Amino acid sequence: MTSLLSAKQLLLILLLCISFVFMASPLHAQEVVVYSARMEQLIKPMFDAFTTETGIKVKFTTDKEGALLARLQAEGKRTPADVLITSDAGNLWEAARAGLLKSISSPILEANIPVQLRDPQGQWYGLSIRARTLVYNKEKVDPSELSTYEDLANPKWKGRLCLRSSKKVYNQSLVAMMIAEHGEAKTEQIVKGWVANLATEPLSDDTKAMEYVAAGRCDVTLVNSYYYGRLMETNPNLPLVIYWPNQDNNGTHINISGAGVTQHSKHEAAAIKLLEFLSSEKAQNLFADVNFEFPANPQIKPSPIVTSWGDFKKSPMSMIKAGELQATAVKLMDRAGYR
Amino acid sequence: MNDEQPDNLGAKLSASHRHPSPQLKNNINFWRLAPFCVASIVLIPIIVVISSIFTPADDIWHHLAETTLPSVLLNTFWLCLGVVLGAIILGTSLAWLTAIYDFPGRKFFSWALLLPMAIPAYVTAFVVLGLFDYTGPIQTYLRSWTGAESNWIPDFYGRSGAILVMVLAFYPYIYLLARNAFITQGKRLIEAAQSLGLSRKQGFFKVALPMARPWIIGGAMLTLMETLADFGTVSVFNYDTFTTAIYKAWFSLFSLSAASQLASLLIILVFIIIIIEQQLRARMRFAESKSSRTTFRIPLLGWKRLAACSYAFSILFIAFILPCSQLLIWAIDEINKNIDSRYIEFLIHSLTLSTIATLIIGSVAILLVYATRLYSDKATHIAVRIATLGYALPGAVLAVGIFISLAWIDTQFNQIILMLFEIEVGFLIQGTIIAMLIAYLVRFLAVGHYPIDSAMQRVTRSIDEAARGFGLTGWSLLSRIHLPILSSGIFTAATLVFVDVMKEMPITLMTRPFGWDTLAIRIFTLTSEGAWTQAALPAIALVLAGLIPIILLMRQTEQ
Repeated sequence: MTSLLSAKQLLLILLLCISFVFMASPLHAQEVVVYSARMEQLIKPMFDAFTTETGIKVKFTTDKEGALLARLQAEGKRTPADVLITSDAGNLWEAARAGLLKSISSPILEANIPVQLRDPQGQWYGLSIRARTLVYNKEKVDPSELSTYEDLANPKWKGRLCLRSSKKVYNQSLVAMMIAEHGEAKTEQIVKGWVANLATEPLSDDTKAMEYVAAGRCDVTLVNSYYYGRLMETNPNLPLVIYWPNQDNNGTHINISGAGVTQHSKHEAAAIKLLEFLSSEKAQNLFADVNFEFPANPQIKPSPIVTSWGDFKKSPMSMIKAGELQATAVKLMDRAGYR
Repeated sequence: MNDEQPDNLGAKLSASHRHPSPQLKNNINFWRLAPFCVASIVLIPIIVVISSIFTPADDIWHHLAETTLPSVLLNTFWLCLGVVLGAIILGTSLAWLTAIYDFPGRKFFSWALLLPMAIPAYVTAFVVLGLFDYTGPIQTYLRSWTGAESNWIPDFYGRSGAILVMVLAFYPYIYLLARNAFITQGKRLIEAAQSLGLSRKQGFFKVALPMARPWIIGGAMLTLMETLADFGTVSVFNYDTFTTAIYKAWFSLFSLSAASQLASLLIILVFIIIIIEQQLRARMRFAESKSSRTTFRIPLLGWKRLAACSYAFSILFIAFILPCSQLLIWAIDEINKNIDSRYIEFLIHSLTLSTIATLIIGSVAILLVYATRLYSDKATHIAVRIATLGYALPGAVLAVGIFISLAWIDTQFNQIILMLFEIEVGFLIQGTIIAMLIAYLVRFLAVGHYPIDSAMQRVTRSIDEAARGFGLTGWSLLSRIHLPILSSGIFTAATLVFVDVMKEMPITLMTRPFGWDTLAIRIFTLTSEGAWTQAALPAIALVLAGLIPIILLMRQTEQ
């Protein structure tokens, strides 16, 4: 009696399940599916604009980069995803290396996105630029004291430096780029110098690091500039000033958030259309507006607040280095005792 | 691998069973096989994780062994020790106080002390850290008061901070289980002890505490597993543990296989602890002739009233009122800007998932407990223990294991359909709520199992014998005799599972259908971009939703 009932229920569940799937994923062309590590509030406005302009619907899900990559890998050629969006270059590089992304060629993307900010094979394209820069306390630091990332290893900063944890990919990319420029041995010396100068244990996020600088626990820190923008928007009276380092040599370190079309995309044309739209003027302005970031398209100006921080020279290093050298950078930071 | 075991073991067992009634024989296969079936569901994703040991990742192991691994192991040891001990002391003392004594506010405290559970631990961590660290209001005030920028207050970062916050976040597990033990028998035991000439204090340490051991150990196991699996809280304090090493191998060194290998070690470690715990338990015999409830409590007098009241209040204050007030202040700022109709959707999704998951996990846990009751051989016990391992793995690692398993099943199914009907049906399980529910079952079975199992251990076996004498076996023995006795354990399990499912993040993130966001997802989305003030709104909503099962539970136990 009981076993009969449960068999019936099982069949019912299976039927429900099948009908659910058929309802949930109709295979029509006017849709594109996105896996995004860029969180909803920073990407949905662009998707909405895309749907308004083209009539193509955007279905998306968000998660951490590592989980999205593992998911694409597990789904293989059955993946529903057409586009992968991340908030750093290293993970795009890794997705390409693992064969999860497809080379696409699009004259529009090639015209809108500078070579430095995209994969040479066209597997991924930068969509916005994020600069990792210095923020200092104007009551305690004379800007003439500041110069480069490397200089923060100078003993004159002993007990004056705050850093975010080395576990954040932004710091890993920065150190990877330094390895590309200086080689491992010299970079390790620099990172050791940073650790020796720390005023307190590495902190859990960029905003916290700036709050420590503002409160006088330390004098200078390294953050992504949009965090500075957000903090100053809510607390305009903090004694914090932004400083663009390495202007006399290689330029300030930049990273990207970007996107690529997945290897097994079912709606490739629509996916390319979405990427092209994201590199266009309309979407690039949205990128500039939602998060104090720099548009990847050089024709588009950043928001007025970001412009007020002054123009600066960006490091011309290719984003590929951030991916290639990320593991090396992480190991180096472990050796240098940078937690 | 479990296919053949049950049969020959079953043969052995029915031969050795003393009273094999005819009806028992008819039902033998179901109860016999149930634990093994459930264990294999849990085992599949775990095997996926463990199978990584065949992928070489030597360079990463070499690097870890040379740099961070020794300190990481030591850190993990101290964290586990500190959190488990702290949670036992806090949980047991508060449970004793609210179960046995009467003092002003006792009724309020007895349910309010569960509330810290409803906030995800890493949110509590962030808020508490924000209040107490260098830039927080307390230290800022002290600095302005002493007029110095001095750093004489030690940094709140690291070990002490992580332990403190995790004790405050996890003690409710032990509190709830121990309270259950004390309520069902504590008062009577104290009376018995007093009649033997023991003082009340001796009665607690010599009689009530030992008798409550299955509950306390069950709660301690849950706390230990939760501590080992935690990533969010330790990240807030930048405290490196075994789990942060796992995530570093995966996210930073791009080696999911090295991460899985590290996670396999964690599984083995937890399994050893579980086996030891079981050996310890096996030596204990607990019996209770009838379920009784405390009808009246011992009133506390004089300064003791005040002491009890302020102790309970101070814990509640630090663990819940303080972080919640901060969240409320932030939420009020945000409420005009960010609340929209979607929050109703988030809430409905959270509640639906938690309710269904609680029903499923609760039923499976009862089934497991009952099956081990009928067949207490070694193989069954091990199967049941394996079924609870999912709770000890870092959520995201388990999520990948589950995801790979489901994707594989879907692919196989697709191929069969393709062969038979020549159509592509796409994913059948993946991307549906069914996938989420299977994943929750794998993750949270331990949470459902421990409270019910502890309750069952105290039901004397003579009840079963007597019931069999009246011809009750199988389902009817379970529903007529055991379920009523186990009800408080079941309610405890349901509350814990409900709240745990609601605040779960990595599995929900990875397996949810498109657009199926919950309150926990909303918190993750906002906090991962550093938007903590905005995240306060869904966090408060989560606490309010968590009140529902807690109030239901208290109504049940306070009758």
